[in-house]
Amino acid sequence: MKILLMGNPNVGKSAFFSRLTGVRVIVSNYPGTTVEFTKGYLKLGEEMAEVIDVPGTYTLEPTSKAEEVATEMLKDGDLVIDVVDATNLERNLFLTMQLLERDIPVIVALNVWDDTKHRGIDINVKKLEQLLGVPVVPTVAVTGEGMKELVSRIHEAASPPVSHRTRDERWAAVGRIVEQVQTVTHRHHTWLEHLGDASVKPFPGIPIAVLVLLTSFMIIRFIGESLIVYISGPLFNNLWAPLMMRLSEFLGSGGFLHDILVGKLISGEIDFTQSFGILTTGLFIPFGVVLPYVLAFYLVLGFLEDLGYLPRLAVLLDTLMHRLGMHGYAIIPTLLGLGCNVPGILATRILESKRERFIVATLISIAVPCAALQAMVIGLVGGEGWHYVAIVYGTLFVVWIILGLILNLTVKGFSPELLIEIPPYRLPSPRILASKLWMRILGFLKEAIPIVMLGMFVITILYALNVFDYIANFAAPVVSGLLGLPREATAALVIGFLRKDMAVGMLGTLSLSANQLVIGSVVLAMFFPCIASFVVLARELRLKGMLAATGIMIVASLVVGSLLNLIL
Amino acid sequence: MISNRPITVAQMKAGERGRVIQITGGHGLVRRLEAMGIRPGKQITKVSSMLMRGPVTIQVNEAQLALGFGVARRILVELESK
Repeated sequence: MKILLMGNPNVGKSAFFSRLTGVRVIVSNYPGTTVEFTKGYLKLGEEMAEVIDVPGTYTLEPTSKAEEVATEMLKDGDLVIDVVDATNLERNLFLTMQLLERDIPVIVALNVWDDTKHRGIDINVKKLEQLLGVPVVPTVAVTGEGMKELVSRIHEAASPPVSHRTRDERWAAVGRIVEQVQTVTHRHHTWLEHLGDASVKPFPGIPIAVLVLLTSFMIIRFIGESLIVYISGPLFNNLWAPLMMRLSEFLGSGGFLHDILVGKLISGEIDFTQSFGILTTGLFIPFGVVLPYVLAFYLVLGFLEDLGYLPRLAVLLDTLMHRLGMHGYAIIPTLLGLGCNVPGILATRILESKRERFIVATLISIAVPCAALQAMVIGLVGGEGWHYVAIVYGTLFVVWIILGLILNLTVKGFSPELLIEIPPYRLPSPRILASKLWMRILGFLKEAIPIVMLGMFVITILYALNVFDYIANFAAPVVSGLLGLPREATAALVIGFLRKDMAVGMLGTLSLSANQLVIGSVVLAMFFPCIASFVVLARELRLKGMLAATGIMIVASLVVGSLLNLIL
Repeated sequence: MISNRPITVAQMKAGERGRVIQITGGHGLVRRLEAMGIRPGKQITKVSSMLMRGPVTIQVNEAQLALGFGVARRILVELESK
């Protein structure tokens, strides 16, 4: 049996899905995360039923790509669980009416039930059930309340005869039902609602946004640094290093295999930032330095998502983003890109126009540094003084703006207008935050481990074969002439294609001046995406779009690098 | 009584309440807005608007929606007297 989970965007459908199937899926508070559908299984008596999380839709007369997908999927289902936001009965029932017209059994889940009480909404469930002619079960997906009852009543799902067929008839039917089952008592705004309204006003919304972003950055840095200083650093230095030293002795403290696995010994010791062996630096950078920052970043982002802040940020930034050829909603993939460019570029799918997807994806891959890169830049450049880190971030931000302005003027097509729902602020549930964090970390590890290992392997082999000397000679005029970097830095720039964090690590071994570190970091951030984002870029933008993006990247990074070299 | 000349949602001031009388737009926009709960007869409250023709936030029933300025200009409302 195939069960479809359907409902408006933003009704807690994804949380509902993970409760129902036990599969951990990413759930969020902003509409449109479920562009791709998720599948899971539910045990119904003896049978295993397939549960499909259909993209959120307002109507079965599709008005967007996601809604088209939803309408298509309805044809293959055997039963629909219609997830309804109990605090927004009228609009949600419009979809219910359309579902009832189809020849498919329906059961209604009145989700977000816990919110109705303090919002002064009273719904007569029995009466609603009677009027709709299908079972109606109040649920709170976040806590699991009502889920058992819903599952036990799935077999009662029905497809009652209906008289409404046109849009006007449907709205009339909805109106009659709402009038009979719902009473709303007036009540005062809660503090969360006051805060919600305040944060979409220019004042104090913009100061709030600045505060939120700065605080987020500081919290991420604090958590990241603490994890490195108290957990990952000691683990590597006290537990892993002695083990590696023994391996080094076993391999005879030198030789080809030693150099690949352990790397070079720095004054007789393993230096996790400079040895560059697969098992030393190759493990330390992704797990010791980058993972703590990735963890911190996704924790903070998940909190902002589930709180419902991101759509408000989209509203605040919409005017600016339109000048850059995007609309406010594009801030969501952009912020995701600050964690890792790959999910950021993938998330551009939530944008409707091809033009906007191209602009956002290109800007992400050029001017949005991923957490891995940021962790290394903060570690390396931060050692020279905080204002240097500020120069790196400031430059990338200016590049993001200027490049956006240029792309907006040159790329053909138009960017559609903002039209999104602003969910109420909800205090995030720790359980869902944790499971989302876990999913994202897992995704990061799956992406990172193979490429890091491959990257280190390729780098070590190329080193051994002196290939970098050859490339360095070839690229020396550009690298030292335009960018003012020593020719050895060429190797780092080439390695940036495999792993940017690793490449910044290599810059650290070259004893560069602070200004050179700044230039190197900026150029690395802009120049070529790492191979993982490159592949995703090619997939999302097609070959032509990817080539265009790459061309822009190379030109932009050289121009900006040269300018910095002149100014600094 | 002053007769209420219809104005657009873009022209409403934050905190003002009105009733939608017409959506002047293509079929696609009308349908999309309708499915999101904005249709003639509905009472809406303006929550805020951003500067420089930025998006407008409105409250419809229990939901808040953010509309681009261009969309907000296509929704005609009759203001309710306080």
